[in-house]
Amino acid sequence: MTRKNQRIALIVGGLAFLGIAAGLVLTAFEDSVVFFFSPTDLRAEPVDPERRIRVGGLVESGSVERGPADAEIRFNVTDGNSTLTVRYVGILPDLFREGQGIVAQGRLQNAVFQADEVLAKHDETYMPKEVADALKKQGHWKDGESPYPDAQETGAQQTGGGS
Amino acid sequence: MGGYAAYVWPSYGIAALVLIGLLIHSWTDARRLEAEVARLRELGSDIRRPADMRGDAP
Amino acid sequence: MHRFANPTRFFRIANAVLPVLAVVSAGLFAAGLYYALFDSPADYQQGETVRIMYVHVPAAWAALACYATMALAGASFLIWKHVLADLAARAAAPIGAGFTLISLATGSLWGQPMWGTWWVWDARLTSVLILFFLYLGYIALVNAFDDPDRGGRAGAVLALVGAVNVPIIKFSVDWWNTLHQPASVLRMDGPSIAPEMLLPLLLMAGAYFTLFGVMMILRLRGLYAGRRLRQMRLAAASR
Repeated sequence: MTRKNQRIALIVGGLAFLGIAAGLVLTAFEDSVVFFFSPTDLRAEPVDPERRIRVGGLVESGSVERGPADAEIRFNVTDGNSTLTVRYVGILPDLFREGQGIVAQGRLQNAVFQADEVLAKHDETYMPKEVADALKKQGHWKDGESPYPDAQETGAQQTGGGS
Repeated sequence: MGGYAAYVWPSYGIAALVLIGLLIHSWTDARRLEAEVARLRELGSDIRRPADMRGDAP
Repeated sequence: MHRFANPTRFFRIANAVLPVLAVVSAGLFAAGLYYALFDSPADYQQGETVRIMYVHVPAAWAALACYATMALAGASFLIWKHVLADLAARAAAPIGAGFTLISLATGSLWGQPMWGTWWVWDARLTSVLILFFLYLGYIALVNAFDDPDRGGRAGAVLALVGAVNVPIIKFSVDWWNTLHQPASVLRMDGPSIAPEMLLPLLLMAGAYFTLFGVMMILRLRGLYAGRRLRQMRLAAASR
């Protein structure tokens, strides 16, 4: 083996080792890398009411209630399987709306999530308002769903709406 | 900008500042150092350029 | 690849390419900015803040491509000891740091109105911040040695070790629950972005990448001239 090939072997071997090590570390830390839990995760595991955690999911349509206090809001967060009631006092981000994803930070107390911060999650769909309205009118897509997962089935119409 | 001017324009401003700054720095650096090489070559044309640029050359 | 290791030949080609690349880049920036700011629609959810994407996403792509360039150049320097490879890695580092800074700052300016926060420690944002520190660490490391070849080797090792971060950044949004949205353009079942928004995005991406090429050539010229100066001074001192 020439010196050059030795160096190549060393670099490739080192990188492979490093990649495996990084993979193992990331797998081991999976729970701490996760930014938020889903309502189902929280149902499965009891959580210390004093521990500050994040919960993420979609705001259930029709569940948003305001008051009684100023800027107080209650809504249900759902992941399709379980829902969780969130109570929050404060200013909501501009992307907060029914059917959209949010991540709330706070404490789970007596089955109600007392949030001290609500962040809106944005999905990967970008389109002009007219296109979104047209898609909704055609009934291809409801609030809170990405229009793209079913794009395979309704591909022709979807492309028509998008152009 | 639909009420978001305070976020959109600074974004373009920062991008422009960083890119133009990098470009000017790269350009002036190259010009300055190349001029210095040319000046030194004028001064001592007997200093020949090494045949290859391996670091162990000098 | 080895044909380009000869500096004279490399710079002959690079200097011929440079003006072409510069003109193409300027044209792409002009067209891209026109569409990004004046001739593209607002988003149905984000409104006008979608325009931030046109400077943010290409910067993030360029930052990753720049790191890949730096790591590959570092590897070739370790294997073949071509000085130009070391100079290419050194040239890429500040450019990549600049691109990363743009993507972090513009992302923050988008996150505040849309997410409701300037910053979160999710896997995507954190891994990009690590990328920024890798660039700064590389720059500090290669310049910390008196012997440039030793500095280049140490830097190349750091660049290669840090390369694990590149796939982590790309796939962080798929592997973990992050606040950051998943990929819209480079994804398995086609872009989930309207064509009239994809156009300014791709134009700006082209503009960023050609500008990356322009800056690489200029920085390589500067670094090469710096090396020659060093050798001339060493030669003069040893006489």
